[in-house]
Amino acid sequence: MIQLTIDDRSVEVAEGRTLLEACREHGIAVPTLCHHPALKPYGACRLCVVEVSAPPPPGDRRPRPARLAAACAYPCEPGLVVCTHSDLVQRSRRITAELLLAGAYTSPEIQALARSLGVEAPRYRRPEADTCVVCGLCVRACREIVGVGAISLTRRGLAKRVSPPFDEPAASACIGCGTCVLICPTGHLTLADVAGFRSLHTGADEARQYCQACGDQDLTPRGMADVPAVLAPAAASAAQKEKAR
Amino acid sequence: MLKTPPSPLEAAPAPANGRDPQLHQLADLADWRAALTAADQPNQPAITVCGGTGCRVYGSERVCQALQRELAARGDGRPVRVTGCHGFCERGPLVVLHPQRLMYTRVKPEDAAEIAAATVDGGRVLDRLLYTEPQSGARLPYETEVPFYKHQHRLVLDLNGTLDPLSLADYVAAGGYAALAKALALTPAAVIAEVKASGLRGRGGAGFPTGQKWDLCRRQPGDVKYVICNADEGDPGAYMDRSIMEGNPHRVLEGMLIGAYAIGARRGFVYIRNEYPLAVKHLRAAIAQAEARGLLGENILGSGFDFRVSVRLGSGAFVCGEETALMASIEGRVGEPRPRPPYPAEAGLWGKPTNINNVKSWAAVPLILANGADWYAQLGTPTSKGTLIFSVVGKINNTGLVEVPLGISLRRLIFDIGGGIPGGKAFKAAQIGGPSGGCIPAEHLDTSIDYESLTALGAIVGSGGLVVADEDTCMVDFARYFMQFTQEESCGKCVPCRVGTQAMLATLERICAGHGQPGDVDYLLELGEMIKRSSLCGLGQTAPNPVLSTLRYFRAEYDAHILHKRCPAKVCKGLITYAIQPERCSGCQVCLRNCPAGAIHGAKQQIHTIDPAVCTRCGLCQSVCKFDAVTVN
Amino acid sequence: MLLPVGDLYQLIDQEARGEGSVIAALEAVQARCRYLPRAALILAGERFHLPLADVYAVATFYNAFSLKPKGRHCLQVCMGTACHVRGSPRVLERLATRLGVSPGATTRDREFTLETVNCLGACALGPIVVADGEYSGQMTAPKAEMLWKRLTRQAAEAQHA
Repeated sequence: MIQLTIDDRSVEVAEGRTLLEACREHGIAVPTLCHHPALKPYGACRLCVVEVSAPPPPGDRRPRPARLAAACAYPCEPGLVVCTHSDLVQRSRRITAELLLAGAYTSPEIQALARSLGVEAPRYRRPEADTCVVCGLCVRACREIVGVGAISLTRRGLAKRVSPPFDEPAASACIGCGTCVLICPTGHLTLADVAGFRSLHTGADEARQYCQACGDQDLTPRGMADVPAVLAPAAASAAQKEKAR
Repeated sequence: MLKTPPSPLEAAPAPANGRDPQLHQLADLADWRAALTAADQPNQPAITVCGGTGCRVYGSERVCQALQRELAARGDGRPVRVTGCHGFCERGPLVVLHPQRLMYTRVKPEDAAEIAAATVDGGRVLDRLLYTEPQSGARLPYETEVPFYKHQHRLVLDLNGTLDPLSLADYVAAGGYAALAKALALTPAAVIAEVKASGLRGRGGAGFPTGQKWDLCRRQPGDVKYVICNADEGDPGAYMDRSIMEGNPHRVLEGMLIGAYAIGARRGFVYIRNEYPLAVKHLRAAIAQAEARGLLGENILGSGFDFRVSVRLGSGAFVCGEETALMASIEGRVGEPRPRPPYPAEAGLWGKPTNINNVKSWAAVPLILANGADWYAQLGTPTSKGTLIFSVVGKINNTGLVEVPLGISLRRLIFDIGGGIPGGKAFKAAQIGGPSGGCIPAEHLDTSIDYESLTALGAIVGSGGLVVADEDTCMVDFARYFMQFTQEESCGKCVPCRVGTQAMLATLERICAGHGQPGDVDYLLELGEMIKRSSLCGLGQTAPNPVLSTLRYFRAEYDAHILHKRCPAKVCKGLITYAIQPERCSGCQVCLRNCPAGAIHGAKQQIHTIDPAVCTRCGLCQSVCKFDAVTVN
Repeated sequence: MLLPVGDLYQLIDQEARGEGSVIAALEAVQARCRYLPRAALILAGERFHLPLADVYAVATFYNAFSLKPKGRHCLQVCMGTACHVRGSPRVLERLATRLGVSPGATTRDREFTLETVNCLGACALGPIVVADGEYSGQMTAPKAEMLWKRLTRQAAEAQHA
């Protein structure tokens, strides 16, 4: 067990727990958005920030300066002093909620989240509203729970978004399970049945061809007849590796 | 993006020629060096031509070829070689005649014949090619007298101007790899103790003590450990890392070898920007040479220590300079940072203990080992030891790379070495540390440059980029520029950085366009502080610095933009108008013909006028007018 | 430049056999083709045993990669700090106006691609424009105009020939 201090309370938690888990075990509320207990910590939304002061190393009596850290990704360490609702933490969460609202101002879920932290309206609004808050839950669920990896966070910065390969509706590897839709906190993703496939379809679809070497359905161009021949050695080596395992 | 041209050295590593022996043990290296130095007579005449990217653009390779032709025609045997960057980029191409270190500046290929005839044959100095001091007009023939070099203390850059960067023999003859030999004779703990005693701090910006970092990594359990050289020099306006790798790649390798030995790593990576094709080429060549001689590989110099290095190219993402993003990129993933802890020393590349240092830190290590920790610790201040390299750019007379001891004042750096501000303009501020740093105004010119003093002023040592702004630079626009840079380079993972930088940028753009509102400054301050505190990685945690520091020192300029709708430096397009002064206009129609917007009217020999409604404020009319008739209000 | 699928695969395979990552493989393709054809992403995913979505994420994250074919000539304007304070925005603006494209785009006739680059590290020469690997230093708007004229003339001559 690890002993640490949260909000002036001395608490004990099992080794390997994160600060967020420790807080929740002891009934301390910490808001989250990109966190899901079934997924690995990601640390992107910054709503779960808490003030952390590490204990001074032996022989050094000077207290370490406190810093903000995402509770969801911070491992519990012996002697940590954690503050979950200080003025600094509150200000940080308010600004983060305001920034979330700056893009997702049409989303009722984000509006409610912001209101719960005391933010009514953002001072800055993005020119176009977007209900996706780039929390990455859908992408991580597809990879970690479903084991498929049909979608990813593509591009970067403000343009970062969830999309299937080539931004085309019929995601090649999507099995239409709907996990991403269920886990999405803002209802940004929807499922559709198009051309006999239930998947992250959003619109028109075109006939797809299966790659004969890998079974992937994304090799549309007719001129790729030589693909199986080219891929044969790689497929063979992959099969061999599989066998060796 | 620039792509690396395929280098002949990549295809086939340079074959070991007869003279360069295989180095099987420590004594072989010493023997080889002794043989090399015995063959060289002291003070042998030689000519070096600067081969840094700047000088190459000016045509230094053609200068070198012309000199080689001239000397060959005379049967003169002295070597003419292209070296790494000499640092004085403003005056390139630079040609230095050794041993007296006579320096010619801005040399053209056409000058080769005269240099050969006058200086090489006749021993006569060509006055017209000498460096001229702008103030006194004095011509200074020797490199060592030129103020740009005189006030510097070049340790890491010392060999840049003399070595052929593609020659291992040159480096060994100059004492290269002696530090490695020394380190291999010590225990790893003793090597770390030496680096700790030197007081070297990470030159990538954060300034974490290097020896302590190595120790943390060495103490981690496990056989597999990695060392990484961070050469993803993304700060726009800093290029010293590139210069070190172009001019002396073996020194970086030697530093990595020593570090790997101390930490217990057998594998190293150099992560380098692909915008630096020449540095990539030189580094790859150095690795191939070191492998061919046995300085990289198995059982190095008979010590039982194995080490290999590979080069990884960055693909154009500033955030990959952040250590966790850099490791993700080496692993072949999207360059997104992850929360720390765990720190790279605990779980880094592929989850193994990893030590990352900047190019400058690695390059300083051989110097410390070779000369001793005490020697290095003599330079600098009590908390910041050694030298720092700055790339001094912007509104400054002597653009170039400068290496100075920590603790030097900003004034000496800018006025004594940098030669002051061109055109007799007034100094306004120096931005230190690029987009992560802050500006230092004229009233703090006498501040000592060290980690603590700069942090106290709201700037950071950072990458060592130093951009000088003069009275014509608008500090609001300057802050907007850096904000735009970080906003474009944000990876987009965490909310404060992805949306916060955009919110700050939009506010600054509004202010520059003349639509600022009274609450804007408070909003910027509040947002800036929270982005710094809440962001996931170093990019977001430092992104607001340029805005916060300009707000601290140049609040009046922000107020002028917001409250009085005026840009004091006359830069922000939304707040200025161009006009033609009737008494100066000659009616020559040059501005009218050049105006891309068709905003200028007036017949020949008639006074012209600018229609402010059509004018796009591109400023072309002002730059083409021969009578200074176009003014900005 | 279009490459047969076999050649594309060879490029990717070469990196995979060495110790390169998928990024290195895409870099090799980008260097050869000057863009990443769709097939390259699919082949790289197969060869490195990665979901296509991951390869697509990598290809869209890094600035060095382009999923659209670029123009035959590439104009890069350095937007580093040193170039910025010496007036590179005006140079860029002039080239953008003359070419009729915004930075990052390719002209309709696929002749020119206009790009910005964050510091080429030749700050003493700023503002810098690189046209097909050839550096021009100390650029101004009028000099950019001359460069544009020369390049379009050369492009027209090349087409005639």
